[in-house]
Amino acid sequence: MSNSGEIWVIGEQRRGRLEEVSLELLSKGTALSQRMGVTLSSVLLGDEVEEIARELVFHGAEKVYLLEDARLRYYQSEAYARLLSEVIKEHEPQIILIGATEIGMELAPKVAAKLRTGLTAHCIDLYVGEVDDTPHLIHVVPGWGGNLVMHIICPQRRPQVVTVKPGVLPKAVRDENKKGKIIRVKPDVRDEDFRWIETVEVVEEPPQGKSLESADVVVCGGWGMNALGDFSRVQELADILGGVVAGTRPAMDKGWVEEAWMIGQSGKTVSPGLFVSLGASGAMHYTTGFMGSKVVLAVDHNPQAPIFHVADVGIVGDLREVLPCLIAELKKDRMPRKF
Amino acid sequence: MGLEILVCIKQVPHPDHFSEIRLDVGSGHIIREGVPAIINPLDRNALEEGLRVKERFSGKVTVISMGPPQAQKALEEALAMGADRGILLCDVAFAGADTLATANTLFYAVRKLGKFDLIYCGNETVDSGTAQVGPQLAELLDIPQVSGVQEVAFVDEKTLEVRRALEHGYMKVRLKLPALLCVTRGINRPRLPTVQSIMEVAQKEMIIWKAKDIGAPPESIGLKGSPTCAAGVYEHKVGRRREIMQGSTEEQVQRTVARLKELGAI
Ligand SMILES: Cc1cc2nc3c(=O)[nH]c(=O)nc-3n(C[C@H](O)[C@H](O)[C@H](O)COP(=O)(O)OP(=O)(O)OC[C@H]3O[C@@H](n4cnc5c(N)ncnc54)[C@H](O)[C@@H]3O)c2cc1C
Ligand SMILES: Cc1cc2nc3c(=O)[nH]c(=O)nc-3n(C[C@H](O)[C@H](O)[C@H](O)COP(=O)(O)OP(=O)(O)OC[C@H]3O[C@@H](n4cnc5c(N)ncnc54)[C@H](O)[C@@H]3O)c2cc1C
Repeated sequence: MSNSGEIWVIGEQRRGRLEEVSLELLSKGTALSQRMGVTLSSVLLGDEVEEIARELVFHGAEKVYLLEDARLRYYQSEAYARLLSEVIKEHEPQIILIGATEIGMELAPKVAAKLRTGLTAHCIDLYVGEVDDTPHLIHVVPGWGGNLVMHIICPQRRPQVVTVKPGVLPKAVRDENKKGKIIRVKPDVRDEDFRWIETVEVVEEPPQGKSLESADVVVCGGWGMNALGDFSRVQELADILGGVVAGTRPAMDKGWVEEAWMIGQSGKTVSPGLFVSLGASGAMHYTTGFMGSKVVLAVDHNPQAPIFHVADVGIVGDLREVLPCLIAELKKDRMPRKF
Repeated sequence: MGLEILVCIKQVPHPDHFSEIRLDVGSGHIIREGVPAIINPLDRNALEEGLRVKERFSGKVTVISMGPPQAQKALEEALAMGADRGILLCDVAFAGADTLATANTLFYAVRKLGKFDLIYCGNETVDSGTAQVGPQLAELLDIPQVSGVQEVAFVDEKTLEVRRALEHGYMKVRLKLPALLCVTRGINRPRLPTVQSIMEVAQKEMIIWKAKDIGAPPESIGLKGSPTCAAGVYEHKVGRRREIMQGSTEEQVQRTVARLKELGAI
């Protein structure tokens, strides 16, 4: 690890609103920059987004490189990738953190490929650790099998680039007294950047009704629900608890839940007050999606299932018996007491 | 005339057997002995898209895969679905590739094959699922690319308007050929091979290339060409209570409800 070269967080804004993942990256960036004794900076592209640049400062960026142009209002594939890789080449940061949003997941590999450097996807944690007695930035990613993570390093090429899933890291604390420099970089936007590819329309509406990310209780069914034939009991339990229904990947493949309600590395990350896992074995790809939950309840008939390692409360038993019983017990509990 | 179409496919372990798969603790490589292999599901959608475009504008569909000798099976299945030609990139020198080295290998093969109008990839694989190979390959080829593609419309023969997924909506992107598209599962329903199309496989061209055949420099492929590397597999420690309830089902359930209340969860 070197003590020269900044750590950069790529700020992501959509139509003048900062994506929360940028704040999550700033908390990790702050910890890493203090540990390594280097500057934490952020880069922001957009149109009239100075206010957002200030937010990045309030959340820990010591510098913000700000690239503003009317044509950068929306994410523009070629323009964004080219301009970003050019500021990176000029300032030579050593580490770049990008949010694994739909856009970040497209932009990151483009930038990393332009720079011919390494890119690690879907990190759940990052820290400075030793590999063969040499300090490295350890990229922790979900591995195969329950409770296993894989460590990835990028020993030689710089900058090393990583993406982090939204919702996995805590957000940086906002402090209006924080001072930082906003450095305006005049972007050299060219017609050519839009000749081959251009974003022509962006339509985004916040979800209607109860959203998965903001739910206080999430009841998630896995492949084991097959024993009951469908998800009606999952729904019933969720209704009693005032929560929402989600599923594992096999549950989605089966058509029990839609893709937008899948929990895990390839799906959503949630941190509710209570997460209930029903008939899911506990693969790391799945459990990374709810690690931040306050309390986790798991039901599975296999006492060896790795899900029990990541649960606060576990019931070993057949869902066909446990689920009706649990629903009945909670119903009883919710009934007004007579005396 | 007609369009030259390339579809990138990866052979992956069957998701129903994921619980049998382990990571080698030293190398971080996937150990999947005895696990049946399939075409990465989204790559079937990619192929279906390619076949439909060919049916509409005429042309030729080539499928390409970097992988071990048995990946030829995946290519044969793609031929049975209707692709015209298969290319297997198979060499020990390709082994241990990260996504950049994978994209580089595909890049050298594409360069050797000549010009393509459209290249299709799956948005991500089911086994390591980085979603990086498509955008990286496009960048190396210096052609426009879109991830998360849900819908494709031809504005004219050289211009596409593509709808791509966003978290809570979508984005419309206009792009000119040649281009690379990474498709999602809703885009179409992949066809199944017919008896007729399966019989035709034997007549179709299958090429196997090694690193030297595509002129890939050793330092840009395989383990050597990979900027990232695995540094071990570890148990993930989480601070959970791990209390397993005891007793009959009723007792376990009652204790659970009581415990959840104490914890303030219900
Ligand atoms: C647990 C784990 C984590 C990993 N994490 C990383 C990481 O963070 N960064 C990294 O650089 N490497 C990583 N790798 C290595 C990576 O899996 C390989 O480079 C792999 O060859 C391609 O990556 P992918 O499966 O993620 O492809 P994706 O990028 O998800 O694939 C997208 C599409 O590209 C095409 N494609 C992919 N592979 C091939 C192929 N072999 N032949 C033809 N077309 C193909 C297909 O159309 C596919 O649908 C990881 C490996 C493991 C086992
Ligand atoms: C790159 C990558 C990304 C992935 N992303 C995701 C992701 O985002 N989300 C995701 O969920 N998965 C993801 N996966 C898949 C993941 O690895 C697992 O395969 C998946 O989570 C398993 O789902 P499951 O637990 O529902 O099924 P299984 O592993 O089959 O588990 C079913 C469980 O049900 C139990 N069971 C069966 N019958 C009963 C019964 N009658 N009563 C009680 N218990 C019963 C079994 O004991 C078992 O523990 C990903 C995989 C890869 C490689």
